[in-house]
Amino acid sequence: MARAAAKATPTDDTFPKLLLRNAKKFTDRPAIREKDLGIWQSWTWADVLDEVRAFAIGLKKMGLKRGDAVAIVGDNKPRLYWTFVATQSLGAIPVPVYQDAVAEEMTYVLRHAEVKYILAQDQEQVDKVLSISEDVKTIKEIIFDEPRGLQNYGHGHIRSFEDVQALGRNELEKGKSAEESWLKEIAKGKGSDTSVILYTSGTTGTPKGVVLSHDNIIITAHNGNKFDNLDEHEEMIAYLPMAWVGDHVFSYGQSYDAGFCVSCPESPETVLDDRREIGPTYFFAPPRVYENMLTQIMVRMEDAGPIKKMMFDAFLKVARRCGEDILNGNQVGFGDRLLYAIGDFLVYGPLRNRMGLSRLKVGYTAGEAIGPEIFRFYRSFGLNLKQLYGQTEAAVYVTAQPDGEIFAETVGKPSIGVDIRITKNGEVQYKSPGVFVEYYKNAAATRATKTRDGWVHTGDAGLFDSHGHLKIIDRAKDVGKLKDGTLFAPKYIENKLKFYPNVKEVVAFGDRRDYCAVMINIDLVAVSNWAERNNIIYAGYQELAAHPDVYKMVKEHVDEVNRSLAAESDIAGSQIHRFLILHKELDADDGELTRTQKVRRGFIADRYAELLKALYSKTSSYRISTEVTFEDGGKGSITGDVKIVDMKPYPAEMAKEAAE
Amino acid sequence: MNATARKKANENAETMLSVEHVSLSFGGVKAIRNVSFDIRKGEIRAIIGPNGAGKTSMLNVINGFYHPQEGTITFKGEKRSDMRPHIAATQGIARTFQNVALFKGMTTLDNIMSGRTLRMKRNMFWQALYFGPARREELEHREYVEEVIDFLEIQHIRRQPVGKLPYGLQKRVELGRALAMEPDLLLLDEPMAGMNLEEKEDMSRFVIDVSEEFGTTVALIEHDMGVVMDLSDRVVVLDHGVLIADGTPDEVQSNQDVIDAYLGISH
Repeated sequence: MARAAAKATPTDDTFPKLLLRNAKKFTDRPAIREKDLGIWQSWTWADVLDEVRAFAIGLKKMGLKRGDAVAIVGDNKPRLYWTFVATQSLGAIPVPVYQDAVAEEMTYVLRHAEVKYILAQDQEQVDKVLSISEDVKTIKEIIFDEPRGLQNYGHGHIRSFEDVQALGRNELEKGKSAEESWLKEIAKGKGSDTSVILYTSGTTGTPKGVVLSHDNIIITAHNGNKFDNLDEHEEMIAYLPMAWVGDHVFSYGQSYDAGFCVSCPESPETVLDDRREIGPTYFFAPPRVYENMLTQIMVRMEDAGPIKKMMFDAFLKVARRCGEDILNGNQVGFGDRLLYAIGDFLVYGPLRNRMGLSRLKVGYTAGEAIGPEIFRFYRSFGLNLKQLYGQTEAAVYVTAQPDGEIFAETVGKPSIGVDIRITKNGEVQYKSPGVFVEYYKNAAATRATKTRDGWVHTGDAGLFDSHGHLKIIDRAKDVGKLKDGTLFAPKYIENKLKFYPNVKEVVAFGDRRDYCAVMINIDLVAVSNWAERNNIIYAGYQELAAHPDVYKMVKEHVDEVNRSLAAESDIAGSQIHRFLILHKELDADDGELTRTQKVRRGFIADRYAELLKALYSKTSSYRISTEVTFEDGGKGSITGDVKIVDMKPYPAEMAKEAAE
Repeated sequence: MNATARKKANENAETMLSVEHVSLSFGGVKAIRNVSFDIRKGEIRAIIGPNGAGKTSMLNVINGFYHPQEGTITFKGEKRSDMRPHIAATQGIARTFQNVALFKGMTTLDNIMSGRTLRMKRNMFWQALYFGPARREELEHREYVEEVIDFLEIQHIRRQPVGKLPYGLQKRVELGRALAMEPDLLLLDEPMAGMNLEEKEDMSRFVIDVSEEFGTTVALIEHDMGVVMDLSDRVVVLDHGVLIADGTPDEVQSNQDVIDAYLGISH
């Protein structure tokens, strides 16, 4: 079906062709916006074509050839998005790089992809590229978007985006031939050509370059638009890393397919304000963003006046009772509907506006599991938040929740055009038009991930429930067993604890061990606010984390989690026996989190091997010194005592009795 | 590499401000004794010295807040004896303060906008009406202020009251207000004091960018030696009100008097 849809419009099988189509079809509709000097600037599809044409011809003049790799690094900006399509129009391959990647990570990607041209957004990125240019011999030219601070970089091979466009405009003025030959280059492209190489952040080992074709992305994006009825009237804000497949498919793929407008925030710090101004109808965020928003709302409500607080609490109860049913279109009594309508006017509406989600049609969360309570909170407030399960290797979509069929603990039904099977050992495998071509220059990894008949190993353990929805339990390789044979699903335990706003990050251990033990990161925003209200004095994260009252509070949370685990007979044995609060925040710069902010359990186990040993001994305190990396690459160290607390697990039966 | 290129260019630049034989005392306390130096157009000039060396006094003399008992100051070729701060401001000298001096209850935007006051041509009544030429004028000023906000990367705090901001950001806003004056000479009194490493690096970047992008001449007082040596083209060292060294960072660093002053060897 999906392929048929794509075949119906064979002329638009690449992004440059889509751009030509959009410039004709949606000529005066806005294609992209950017807030600059406090004012939103828009470009229509016709404007975009004009900008891209000049830039692409400029690139060609500079010697960019079919098959060359062009790296793109920086925040979400129109010119960076234009670089994708300009590059693709010449048959070259864009390679977006995470903008906060440290020098070594960047070196690896640039070398591996043999990058020849780089579009670096600003001075910071240009400096980073220059610092590694010795190691990456293939680099020919650096092009920058934001000229600030770059006036005196006297290199011959560093130039501005405008300069490249001027080269192109110059060619265009000479006569028709430049444009004609550019259009010919576009016509040469076909759907099976490589569209982009996306490097996965990778929880283990070196990054892998996922090669996706135009067909992969365009067909998947088209199906995604169809699934949620998205058209050219949508508004979305592009703020997630451009090197991440999600942003690439949502802000680029789906925008080019449907013709809707993408807005780029003024700076990464202004996203919230910018979102309120734009009012996106289509929104995407990893669970972390929703968690942060919820934490901020809760913290602010704690500080609110008594009347507001009372109102919020009362209507929160109403929303919990009937909000989700109303959103799903189920039957709800008149009284509740009336109360909900009043709540919508007084509380839910203003809060939705506060979050900049008043006009939301569809919101997605993916990347990792979202706490069911957090998920329900948003839905009960009338926000159509849905879960999606996807991978870079699938050009995102594997499963998604259809409207009206939302279950917090599942990730939905197979997306349009996707087939899913579950192997004997519980692993989820899929086949779809979005399945990647290969891992770049890594045939062994390709073979290990993709079967000969096109099925892709996800590495996730899952099962289908009675509604036909997929439920992901954990990473297939992470699900383990305690020594006594009890099933141990670390992420399940971690997410239970992370539901508490005071807890930011949790790392659970237990596979092939006597009992389950966890390392915890407190949430500095929530806990510092709590500390302020309770007159607790502290100088920084480390001191706050080690405070006895904080330990007491976290201990209560752990106790509650144990009680809930005790009620689930299969995993009652994996209750938390010991925990500690880490003396530093887990950080991607130190390699403890991935760039997409996922915990790297194995790495943490190695890095804090001493602490881990202490968790499985009788000691109640351990002195540790840890090396930390600053954003500029400098190093320092943090030393401190870490207390370890014993928990009393609940007997499985007693918990059941209590529940009855 | 860029720094050297810039330094070379500055060597032939004209003098923007020269201080000649200036002495300042408060009753019996001699804050500055017979100090002479100059500031060239377009350079970054640092004034350093131990506590109580007379650095801030020197800055106050330059912008007319203090009146030296002896000596002259020549700014843009004009010799002056009795200077007042507001006249210094109209002539193109802007400054920031050691202890942030912003309007705490006002937003970042309004604070920086206040830096444009001297450039507003319409009087208060026109401005209150916000109509016709006054409106057009305000829009022009707002545009410039937005350039400054963009330059200092403080878009996210545009609408926040300054009093609520962390110290490092307040310092940045203060720099913004000074920049909004489009000064010829920018005086910075300990721009990095009380900042962490990352904030210091950011601030250094901004100072260099100000100099490169706007061509503004900068004179700064700073305690952090690393910052001074990286940032400045030339350095003046004061100790107990006396000029003990004047030269490039390298020259000053190897000067025995300077080493003694900083290590506290008795005189």
